[in-house]
Amino acid sequence: MTLYQRDRTWHPPALAPDYKTSVARSPRQAMLSLEATASELSGPRFGHSDIAPGDNDLITNYAKGGDPVGERIIVHGRVLDENRRPVPHTLVEIWQANAGGRYRHKKDQYLAAIDPNFGGCGRTLTDADGRYAFRTIKPGAYPWRNWVNNWRPAHIHVSVFGHSFAQRLITQMYFEGDPLIAHCPIVKSIPDPRAIEALIAPLDLNEAKPLDCLAYRFDIVLRGRRSTFFENRPEGN
Amino acid sequence: MDYLKETPSQTAGPYVHIGLAPAAAGFDIYEHELGFDPVSEDVPGERITVTGRVIDGMGAPVKDVLIEVWQADASGRYADGAEGFRGWFRVVPDFETGVFTLNTIRPGANGRQAPHLSLWLVARGINVGLQTRMYFPDADNSADPVLNLIEQPHRRATLIATGGKGSYDFDIHLQGEKETVFLDV
Repeated sequence: MTLYQRDRTWHPPALAPDYKTSVARSPRQAMLSLEATASELSGPRFGHSDIAPGDNDLITNYAKGGDPVGERIIVHGRVLDENRRPVPHTLVEIWQANAGGRYRHKKDQYLAAIDPNFGGCGRTLTDADGRYAFRTIKPGAYPWRNWVNNWRPAHIHVSVFGHSFAQRLITQMYFEGDPLIAHCPIVKSIPDPRAIEALIAPLDLNEAKPLDCLAYRFDIVLRGRRSTFFENRPEGN
Repeated sequence: MDYLKETPSQTAGPYVHIGLAPAAAGFDIYEHELGFDPVSEDVPGERITVTGRVIDGMGAPVKDVLIEVWQADASGRYADGAEGFRGWFRVVPDFETGVFTLNTIRPGANGRQAPHLSLWLVARGINVGLQTRMYFPDADNSADPVLNLIEQPHRRATLIATGGKGSYDFDIHLQGEKETVFLDV
């Protein structure tokens, strides 16, 4: 078994000068490319004993006697691999700012208010078909220090494991129709517009809950795995 | 061809701790945070401590990094379930100094691979999580297939910790003369 080569031209390059922090944090030497070994083909496993059933409901998982402020939404989708196979029972974790664009983090100093009823993180395991769902509040845009007037589009950070440590992925989900997407140096660190499109979740009215909350759909694709045709590994395939 | 493309990566940003280590971000939300359990007493193997820093191209510590560690058990086997020694940790440095500490067990050799920890680094300014490895200075690394793929001996040394007797130091350099070898794997 092996993994498909990661298409490094599809991902953002390490050095994206318009995203200034990448300048001092991007390796300059060529990476060492190699086929995955047992160390990368394996990966941590998680089970239902690791998480609690309500961990995927950000409207209630930190509420202190009231609901958080903001637009109520469901974010749902599937985790698939490049072969269109569902990735079941894998851990999906998200984190985000509140409706005002403020993070619950001791290092965030933005002037928008902390929401006492909103933590801003959630986690879940995909089901047997690779499906996941979160209920949350639509995050607000916020300013950040890069150029003097940069604003992040509304986004949710998403972390996914897959079954192999080399499938590990962190990305950000954006919202259909957000005019700030086109102005964001972090978004534009991705060179191919089709790749950016893959991070923009469309509104999914069919999954909205009438008189309660809207829904957005975000499918996630992890690296594909294959059994090679002429496997010669002594330990078998 | 009917393949899908992998979802493109985006930086984990400065507040990655909210999602993956909320206690470090400054709040208490989950009954059980993942990746921070100490190794339980019944797990066989030599207890080791690894300390280090991730250092940027200006020589400054990357204080907002989050590192995931994946490793074999003392016999060289990788866990395939959620029970027993999972072999996976999350490491967050001290936000003031950038120094991280990992308490784990020494992994065994896996096939021809010398004992090592697999590391995955994410932070603000890192657009795609960086994969690397830490090997041990007091192990026989001579036949390791990954170390032997690195042509320049001084670069091979960037993957080998210093110290010994269960206590190791491992700094990861993102740039410069001591730039760590990162893996495209």
